[in-house]
Amino acid sequence: MTSLLSKRGLYRGELMQTQAEIGYDSKIEGDVIVTRADAVLNWFRKNSLWPMPMGLACCAIELMAAGAARFDISRFGAEVMRFSPRQSDVMIVAGTVTYKMALAVKRIYDQMAEPKWVIAMGACASTGGMYRSYAVLQGVDNIIPVNVYVAGCPPRPEALLDALIKLQHKVAQEPVLATQKRVAV
Amino acid sequence: MTANDLAAQLAGRFAALLSGPTEFRGEVTLQLNDSEKIAEVCAFAKSDLGFDALLDLASVDNYGNDPRFTVVYELYGYGHRCHLRLKTSVSEEKPELPTVTAIWKTADWHEREAYDMMGIRFRGHPDLRRILMWEGYPYFPLRKDFPLAGRPTELPEVAFTRPAPLEGGPFVTVPGGKDTIAREPRVRNPAG
Repeated sequence: MTSLLSKRGLYRGELMQTQAEIGYDSKIEGDVIVTRADAVLNWFRKNSLWPMPMGLACCAIELMAAGAARFDISRFGAEVMRFSPRQSDVMIVAGTVTYKMALAVKRIYDQMAEPKWVIAMGACASTGGMYRSYAVLQGVDNIIPVNVYVAGCPPRPEALLDALIKLQHKVAQEPVLATQKRVAV
Repeated sequence: MTANDLAAQLAGRFAALLSGPTEFRGEVTLQLNDSEKIAEVCAFAKSDLGFDALLDLASVDNYGNDPRFTVVYELYGYGHRCHLRLKTSVSEEKPELPTVTAIWKTADWHEREAYDMMGIRFRGHPDLRRILMWEGYPYFPLRKDFPLAGRPTELPEVAFTRPAPLEGGPFVTVPGGKDTIAREPRVRNPAG
């Protein structure tokens, strides 16, 4: 019994170091999983991030490629592209944001329900890219908060998947319950 | 039936208004001296000469010259397959001329673009709003005296623009350089 406890203690000690969300060992704990409510809620969230595909230019072609069979974004639970902002979690801004389109991008972001995240895909969405021009917004972060930036012109689908995984890590670390009644900013 | 024949017919009908035709590399151009008559000339070109398509309507800023703006109409007939270009000038003080939307419906968006980019107004246009920039934008960005980086504007709760960082640019490529370094986009100062 003592050895079992010490084993469990050791396991918990490892947990502290590796920052894992769940401490679970089926041999020890059987059908019971000990975890934090935040962690389990985030686990639900991060594995079904429904994207709002804000395809504005050629990056949208790579976004489509990321959704198709070869790269298959559904491996990460983000295959349900929602063209309704009410049903989506992460807006993928793929392409050049012109000042005229900026009005629509902002409005659609505002219509998305909390919690919501943004991936700025490609050079144009991140910084304006090569369009140093009167017509182009110099980075979508001028109007909406961005969680992950993806370099590239356009980025390869792997880069977008990497951004999605990075976003999943971010989502996993969010304090859910503490922000339940937070007013949207 | 060639483009020259058609241009001669049009010039014969409006002898007092049209000068030309001039031909350059097989493209025939007529210059209309009075921009107020453009709709009349275009209506005749469509009804009697078979120019049933307006391929393009463009505007040119001859900054520093008077009259400042040139409006260019590219006509085409699917029956005789001939092209004809009509040019007319409008002044900076009164950048206004009649619309041709009643003749070719496609002129609607072309004229909106010319209005948006150059500030040329088309009298009688059914819906002369901006088409590329946002509604309420105060400048006409394709005019030569407008900086490439743009000007700051602010329309609270609606939209804004800020000048783009050019970092000494614009960056210009030079064709025919002997190596990549000579050809690649760099800041080229015309003075130095």
